[in-house]
Amino acid sequence: MTILKNFFVEFPERLIYDPEARIARFIDWAGDTFAFLWGAIRQFLLRFADITHAFLDFVPWSVFVVVLFIAGWRLTSWKMGLLLAVLTFAIGMFGYWDNMLLSLTIILAGVIISVILGLPLGIIMSKSEKLEAVMRVVLDTMQTLPAYAYLIPALMFFGFGRAAGLVAVIIFALPPLIRLTYLGITNISDEMIEAGLSFGSSPMQMLFKIELPQALKSIAAGINQTTMMAVSMIVLAAMIGAEGAGRQGVALILYRAVVGQRAAEAVVAGFVLVFMAIILDRLIQGFTERFDKGGE
Amino acid sequence: MAKAVDIKNISVVFGTSKQKQAAKELLDSDLTAAEIREKTGATVAVRNLDFSIKEGELFVIVGLSGSGKSSFIRTLNLLNKPIRGQIFVGDEELTAFDAKKLRQYRQNDVSMVFQNFALLTHRSVIGNVEYPLEVQGVGEKKRRETAMEAIKLVGLDGWEEHMTFQLSGGMKQRVGLARALTNDPELLLMDEPYSALDPLIRRDMQDQLLKLEDEMDRTILFITHDMNEAFRLGDRIALMKDAEIVQIGTPDEFFDKPANDYVKNFIADVDKTRILKVRSIMEKPTYVAKKGDGVKETLQKVKENDMGFCYVTDEKRKFLGYVRLEQLQRSKGKTIDRLINEDDTVIYRNAYLREAWPKLSEAEYDLPVVDGKGRLRGILNYDVVVDALADQ
Repeated sequence: MTILKNFFVEFPERLIYDPEARIARFIDWAGDTFAFLWGAIRQFLLRFADITHAFLDFVPWSVFVVVLFIAGWRLTSWKMGLLLAVLTFAIGMFGYWDNMLLSLTIILAGVIISVILGLPLGIIMSKSEKLEAVMRVVLDTMQTLPAYAYLIPALMFFGFGRAAGLVAVIIFALPPLIRLTYLGITNISDEMIEAGLSFGSSPMQMLFKIELPQALKSIAAGINQTTMMAVSMIVLAAMIGAEGAGRQGVALILYRAVVGQRAAEAVVAGFVLVFMAIILDRLIQGFTERFDKGGE
Repeated sequence: MAKAVDIKNISVVFGTSKQKQAAKELLDSDLTAAEIREKTGATVAVRNLDFSIKEGELFVIVGLSGSGKSSFIRTLNLLNKPIRGQIFVGDEELTAFDAKKLRQYRQNDVSMVFQNFALLTHRSVIGNVEYPLEVQGVGEKKRRETAMEAIKLVGLDGWEEHMTFQLSGGMKQRVGLARALTNDPELLLMDEPYSALDPLIRRDMQDQLLKLEDEMDRTILFITHDMNEAFRLGDRIALMKDAEIVQIGTPDEFFDKPANDYVKNFIADVDKTRILKVRSIMEKPTYVAKKGDGVKETLQKVKENDMGFCYVTDEKRKFLGYVRLEQLQRSKGKTIDRLINEDDTVIYRNAYLREAWPKLSEAEYDLPVVDGKGRLRGILNYDVVVDALADQ
């Protein structure tokens, strides 16, 4: 009796299985075996981030403000343009211009790469039932994992720095875009698909002349969500050096201020991030509503 | 240009491939579609259809929803693949086409009008109408020209730059029709095109279709659940029920010899004089002379056929008038050209019997029936009309 009791009440020590060593071995193995691959991806990501940053840095702040004013005005109203311009100007006044660019670099680069990956994945997912089943599980898992979890694989293969930060942002931001691309394509009415087929459209014509244009609204919503996810991930990604070693972006300043309990600094950095989020959100919303006017 | 369509033992079954296989074995059994469904889980949507649509015919399939008519029409551009049987369009076997040939066939020879219009909402009116040509790879300028012609044909000129959501239901379906005409198809498939429209608009659209049909030479298969619509439009009609055809025939035949009580019930509400068209009970003229024909041979033909007179048309079958037997006998001329009595008492073939009746009751002999271009299409005989109307 006591043996049974001992066995079923307290978890028996001899059933404890230590996975750490195995995982460590696996990581080592994957790291070594595909070293060339991780290296290539790392190089690509760094180049991409460099180019994005160089471009953002090249544009004078005044041009930035004017362009945002015009964009907001054209897309929505002059009030919107004014709001965007004032927010941008405020970031500069807070003394955060260069730091903001460092964070924006990672967000923009992350979103662009997410679109390059997410669109084709969403399209393929809508075409293959088998892939759809697999992707559904993967996407569900990705969305339930806590955001911290994304830092681990990034660190494992890319080490500390901007490449790892970008990878974390991309993995975190990608799912909504894939999902909404998939939904946009599969939600097209049967009759419209039939109409396309009945006139002898090839698969490519179906995709580019009917499916993608019809899914555009949904895809735009996906890009918006992906951008917001990227903004929310940037603070965590900064922990692993997303904004570049030795450099401080808004996100890292915010993180350090919170950890160091420097309230005033945290509030200012927090506002800058919120301003960035508002600007990006309004811009993309403006574009999305443009598409809305075209459809029913 | 129009082509005949031969449907040979066509069946369509929906379900998993296993269910379909099981159901296929039972298609020739005595089991009803419902019983097959219970047994195998597969839905038999179309069962052993076997009939022909003549070239240039406006053929209507009528039936309640779920009778299989929409499933059937989709076999004619292979949106639904029949589980067995063959379909011939002209002398090509549609059911044997590979992917490339099927695409060519869909691009050039067939087009479809949909119940809920199925317009591409991201394109303007002309963008929709151009679509079939764009798929074919026709150049931009030619594409626009052809699309504009089709838009004018359906009476939508001036609207070409509008987006589709700005249009009313009737206008949307005109766009649908224009789009289906741009690739100049030999076979036009119309799947309940007017069911989503309100009755007044529907009537306009039917009239427009009849007018267009009259001016062009193509085979049309039209699906509807409305018996009045079926009789208004159809040269011949097939009534479908539970995946099978109950009766097939001209409107007149439906009234004359309804196959069973189901058919009788179905046509009970139909007002015959409003529905029966001249074209459905007109007869082929026994002999028609052409302008330029010799007097002698015409006289001989007229005598042979025991006729009192005969109609004369020009080279293109355009109705000119008639010559009487006595005229031919007395004539000393060589050709019949000078003998032609010009006559404008003609009946339009898409007119309803009710409209034709006054003219017919005054006429002393059979009246000529012409189409929109004035071509002689048949003759209308007083006795036949009385017969057709009497048995109601």
